[in-house]
Amino acid sequence: MQYMFLIYLDEAKFADMTQAERDAFGNGMLDYDEVLKASGHFILGEPLKPPAEAITLRAWEGPLTLTDGPFMETKEHLSGFILVEARDLNEAIALAARMPLVTVGSIEVRPLGVLERV
Amino acid sequence: MTDLAAIWNSERQRVLATLIRLLGDFDLAEEALHEAFLAAAEKWPRTGVPDNPFGWLVSAGRFRAIDQMRRAARLVHDLPDIAAPESPADWADDGLRLIFTCCHPALPAEAQVALTLRTVCGLTTEDIARAFLIRPPAMAQRIVRAKARIRAEGLRYEIPEPAELPGRLQAVLHVIYLVFNEGYLSQAAPRPDLSAEAIRLCRHLAALLPDGEVMGLLGLMLCHEARREGRFRDGAPVALDAQDRSLWDAAMIAEGRGWLDRAFASGSVGPFAVQGAIAALHATAPDSGATDWAEIAGLYAVLERLQPSPVVRLNRAMALAMVQGAEAGLRQVQPLTRGALADYRLAHLAEAELLTRLDRPDEAARAYDRALEISAGAERPAIEARLAELRAGAAGQENRPRPAAG
Repeated sequence: MQYMFLIYLDEAKFADMTQAERDAFGNGMLDYDEVLKASGHFILGEPLKPPAEAITLRAWEGPLTLTDGPFMETKEHLSGFILVEARDLNEAIALAARMPLVTVGSIEVRPLGVLERV
Repeated sequence: MTDLAAIWNSERQRVLATLIRLLGDFDLAEEALHEAFLAAAEKWPRTGVPDNPFGWLVSAGRFRAIDQMRRAARLVHDLPDIAAPESPADWADDGLRLIFTCCHPALPAEAQVALTLRTVCGLTTEDIARAFLIRPPAMAQRIVRAKARIRAEGLRYEIPEPAELPGRLQAVLHVIYLVFNEGYLSQAAPRPDLSAEAIRLCRHLAALLPDGEVMGLLGLMLCHEARREGRFRDGAPVALDAQDRSLWDAAMIAEGRGWLDRAFASGSVGPFAVQGAIAALHATAPDSGATDWAEIAGLYAVLERLQPSPVVRLNRAMALAMVQGAEAGLRQVQPLTRGALADYRLAHLAEAELLTRLDRPDEAARAYDRALEISAGAERPAIEARLAELRAGAAGQENRPRPAAG
């Protein structure tokens, strides 16, 4: 089974940290990726640039409209993702629980669905 | 590579059980198990399968876990002690230790079942959630909490002391029987895979701990499972006396009887062995009329002493009705349908059958009506059919006597 870890962070919390603390999280996440790669769980994972760099598209009434910023204005925003292969939901939870960012952010674990042509 | 798949199937549970003991943590051990097989997939095609794959996998898993803890220690600066591997003799009982830990009385009953299915039987969280009709995240939390509780309460990973063993073993057997019934009783969605897991687990337990009740439960489950085919026709349940007995698995029944013989020979006979003996009598009778109902009634009397319950009393009354007549059975059933079993569908059906046999159709119809009032959708058509049959009979046709379902 494949699971997506969606990492939600509060930018304000990071702004309050020292540079050394922020670096420790960055390096910790790189180490974590290496552990997941070594154990064969890692499929894909990247950080996302801050929501200020996002643009949201809609064409609900015909013409395309573009909005600066993320889809939703929230305190915690999506700031990265990791796609893993795990035996089941509990293994995925055990893997996500070891992510260094779990101490400051929220990790949403979502199984990948299958869209079948009908 | 086919070797590795076969070894995964045969060794997975034993390797995990030993790793949980060595590492003292379920999650760490699962990860180590995963990594050990990953290492084997990488190495064995080049070097060949080692002489002792089990020992190789345990060592590899332990080594990887230590390695991973060293990496993690860079973040938390704390490397726990890990037991060194010992002689293979110490490994033999790890499977038992694991079952007893998963079925520890400090865990809620539903968590015991979930943890056993996932850790001992190797089912996925999603599979277990589907079987118990709850959403996977809810099942996942149940499992996470159970593991956390084992850690927090420092539940020891061990086989209970002899003084504690009977009570603890009872809990394990209860979990196994729950798993079996989950796969067997549900008529909406039978899950033969769950029943098969329960039987496999009990076989494993019987090999490690040949106790009378372990063998009794194994015999009981085999005598039920052997009759899986024939219990339903077009989705509707078929009464025992109307089942096509040629659909039953004679070899499995014989195996079940063998275990029950051993259970009775062991000298420690409990409720599971007695229920197994009853199931075996039904399973080996050529038809309902040739069933040894006197012996079954006697066994129910023994069961009632061991494990008193109104349902056991109902079953004994129905067996008695086959020996001493419907009138004698009815005298024992009616206090139950008017008392402890007033909300139990099968009790009202039993009363209706006895009244039908006694040619008291009006009272029988009232009993069927009460059964209908407390029946779920899937059970109703069969009861309505009996009621229609009864009314047709009352309108002048011949009454067909129907023996009890066992």
